[in-house]
Amino acid sequence: MSRLSRKPAGPGKALRAIQRAFAAGIMRPLTAARRMEPKWVDGQSARKAAAAFIKPNDRLSSFERLEIYNKQYWFRLLDCLYEDFPGLRTVIGEKRFHDLSVAYLTKYPSNSHALRDLGNRLEKFLRNEPEWVAPHETLARDIVRLEWAHIVAFDGEALPPLEIDALLDGRDPARLRLAFQPYITFLDCDYPVDNFILAVRRRGEPKGEASNAVDDRRKSTRTKKVSRPRPEKIILAVHRVENSVWYKRLEPEAYLICSALQKGLPLQAACERAFRRRKADENFGATLQNWFAQWASFGWFCRAE
Amino acid sequence: MPANRFNNFTNYGIGIGLRVPHYQHILSRKPAVDWFEIISENFMVDAGRPLRVLDQILEQYRVVQHGVAMYLGSTDGLDREHLRKLKRLVKRTNTPWLSDHLCWGSVDGRYTHDLLPLPYTFAAAAHVAQRIREVRDFLEVPILVENVSSYAEFHASEMTEWEFLGEVVEKADAGILLDVNNIYVSSQNHNFNPCDYLEYIPHHRVGQIHIAGHSKFEKYILDTHDHPVLDPVWKMYARAIELAGPTATLLEWDDRIPTFDEVHREALKAAKFCKDLLHEPVVA
Repeated sequence: MSRLSRKPAGPGKALRAIQRAFAAGIMRPLTAARRMEPKWVDGQSARKAAAAFIKPNDRLSSFERLEIYNKQYWFRLLDCLYEDFPGLRTVIGEKRFHDLSVAYLTKYPSNSHALRDLGNRLEKFLRNEPEWVAPHETLARDIVRLEWAHIVAFDGEALPPLEIDALLDGRDPARLRLAFQPYITFLDCDYPVDNFILAVRRRGEPKGEASNAVDDRRKSTRTKKVSRPRPEKIILAVHRVENSVWYKRLEPEAYLICSALQKGLPLQAACERAFRRRKADENFGATLQNWFAQWASFGWFCRAE
Repeated sequence: MPANRFNNFTNYGIGIGLRVPHYQHILSRKPAVDWFEIISENFMVDAGRPLRVLDQILEQYRVVQHGVAMYLGSTDGLDREHLRKLKRLVKRTNTPWLSDHLCWGSVDGRYTHDLLPLPYTFAAAAHVAQRIREVRDFLEVPILVENVSSYAEFHASEMTEWEFLGEVVEKADAGILLDVNNIYVSSQNHNFNPCDYLEYIPHHRVGQIHIAGHSKFEKYILDTHDHPVLDPVWKMYARAIELAGPTATLLEWDDRIPTFDEVHREALKAAKFCKDLLHEPVVA
């Protein structure tokens, strides 16, 4: 509610009451037979509740007219999650994914104008209610984090990037703070979910499409079977190059630096963390230079506020 | 008549909706199209591929913005962040007008992502009109409101849908995006004569027309946008341009989308009606 700029004026009260009743009716989950629930939110008859504000006609009762909207609401939103989380769907199966989606949307109805944001609290939901994905809790959470990071990387904000020569710009590394592009997410995963998601997307895509680029909300074909991955620690940067989303694996020391910079540590302090881990490596200085050169070439860095 | 202050004195002709399956065809073959309508919300993003595609389209074509999530009839306050993003897009596209629906879709900060019907009351009309004025003042571009297709009516209604539309646009001094398919769908679902609707509305306020296909079920008609335009809708379109003049027209095809050429051919049927009208005097 904090994002709403004004409270409704007096004349809007009757309208608001109708809208609340309508929304309450259509946002209730459908029955197993894909019909509107016969009970209203307060336990009374839904037929009676619908008849109180919706007119019947010669073919449809008030209940049946509201039910058209109830069905459309669920079909539209479930379809959206279905498209956005093919990896999670593959891991837990279609039926469980459907049930999880209904539970998620019931607990967290959309809070954004954009359908793109529909899954923005799915990770939180799974953290609080892991039983929906048992016994694959960790794998499922890794996948959801990656699938959400993919959405962010697809169309997230980009700030003017810093070239490698401009990174230091004569400043003291002990005080210099760098920021990453808002569309980049770093993920510390217990499963190699990058390869898994790429396999899922590749199998679900029509022929001739790029392998890990997203084409907006196109209808994908049904996802075929892809084996669940075995545990393996990986670190990923989910980023964007020339408008395509990429998953880049990072070494643990690289992740140490990136996460330290993200937390606001100065450049020198962030790099010292990595040096401590690799003090036996004589060439680590050169490695570090290469990393920064590559990250800058991807356009990852921007000025910290 | 076609160029009026509600469509910024333009005469755009026949357009089609810009849809993802056609991107490659449009960008590589550059077909001759009068204009494209974009769904504003698909491009109200911060960066990335959607905006890259849009910029490429804007290099070649005229673009008009059509929204699906302003929810002019909602009782939640206007979302200023949403409007700021919309204004950024308006500046990018230079859209001569901007349209959205005469509907609501969110309440208490929860979004249904649907175009839900309003009760046709004087209070609701005043509420929506006030919001349209606020939006227009902020966006600084003419606003057209589109009639939605609907499947429910309210006991609270005090007037017909066409009277409500007229009341809203007169109070807001706004234009109309007249969706003749939506009128037809609602007329079948609510047992009214669609001609009454067409005859009543203030024709001088029509800045754009939508045409589309629909699906017939046993007890109601659903506005599916997944078919060619059906004959009764073409007949209504012919009458609409008799009354309002040949007006910028857009074919909506949003599901089971066929090839670009098929969609374009279907849209261009509308041009024939306009040509016929220009060559034949209208009989009063």
